Amino acid sequence: MSLYYVQKFLFELNRDPAMQERYAHDRHASLESFDLTTEEVSALTEPDIGLLFHLGVNGQILMHFAALHQIEWADYLQQMRDGIAQHGPVREGVYATTGYEGTDAHAKALGQNTTSERK
Amino acid sequence: MLVYAGVCSHAPGITGRADQADPEVRDAFYAAFHQMRDDIVASGAEAIIVIAAEHFANFFMNNMPSFAIGMADFYDGPIEDPAWLGIDTFRAPGNRDLSHRLITEVMQTVDVSYAEEWKFDHGIAVPLHFLTPDFDLPVIPVNINCQGPPLAPLQRSWAFGEALRRACDSVPEKMALVGTGGISHWPATPDSGKINEEWDLDFLDRWCRNDKDALLAYDDLTVYADAGQGGFEIRTFLAVSAAAAGANGTVHFTAPIPIFAVSCTIASYDLETSSLKD
Repeated sequence: MSLYYVQKFLFELNRDPAMQERYAHDRHASLESFDLTTEEVSALTEPDIGLLFHLGVNGQILMHFAALHQIEWADYLQQMRDGIAQHGPVREGVYATTGYEGTDAHAKALGQNTTSERK
Repeated sequence: MLVYAGVCSHAPGITGRADQADPEVRDAFYAAFHQMRDDIVASGAEAIIVIAAEHFANFFMNNMPSFAIGMADFYDGPIEDPAWLGIDTFRAPGNRDLSHRLITEVMQTVDVSYAEEWKFDHGIAVPLHFLTPDFDLPVIPVNINCQGPPLAPLQRSWAFGEALRRACDSVPEKMALVGTGGISHWPATPDSGKINEEWDLDFLDRWCRNDKDALLAYDDLTVYADAGQGGFEIRTFLAVSAAAAGANGTVHFTAPIPIFAVSCTIASYDLETSSLKD
């Protein structure tokens, strides 16, 4: 578990066109200098947006990674929701501060309608 | 000297997802942004300080400053894909000498990092898109870490704002100060689009009254629960409150625009009512 290095990789990828070229050419090779688990490498190479959010990647970093993969905004949001549904609450990072179990749990905490109720 | 102090929203959807918003509300918001530009021009401002809450474009957890000020003669942006953000690549003018003088004065009371290289992300690019669309006003970028906890306590943001005011008043140039950030929002998360309007209106009431005690009464855990991690960005608004030194504020526009992920807001202080008025 190395959330710091997952985010460090994405931080550098987001701001460095040369690194984006390396990632496009060989995703696994572009990750070699980062200390990552097999699960993290898989999430970054698939890519698996939902798993990355579950691992705790900050959305301000993750949304640019999604844009790099031409994932539309609505799909990006849904993939994160699916990731929580599939893998469970966010493990680490800012969203895990008070426990993040998904949009409906947040809505209830605020006394607001849940996603399904708003539809 | 400080001639203008205000706050505005900076969400990337404001330009990047403009076509998905309710046109009536969006255009009213844009009109308020344009009025803010006119007000800054009318103030005679010769440079604009933008207090941003940048989003891992320049600063990362390997060396994260609580407070940073740019010190360069130009800044490039946006760091995001221009098509995604809806803003073409640009080079904004800076003023290294002016930055140097401001930073030197701020350092008298606040430890601040300086940066001779700074790529603007949406946190600054979106406000500039509306406020200096021709990039004809030197920009002094300022950052408060609002993204990677631990974050500087709110009272330190207040002290930083006071230092910025003192710095502005120490230079002969007429300075505009604009804070950009939240208020309540859950940006780039599955909750994107959720907005706690009641919380926002209460915050803006405190901001307009420039009620230091009420503004510093927030704590991050409560803010996180009620206003999302985007609520941490109230630090930029508080810094402007401190710089305005007791001035009265006016909200020119605020309305939730869910596809922009925030209550889009334009507000300013009447510096004629500042306790530091000449």
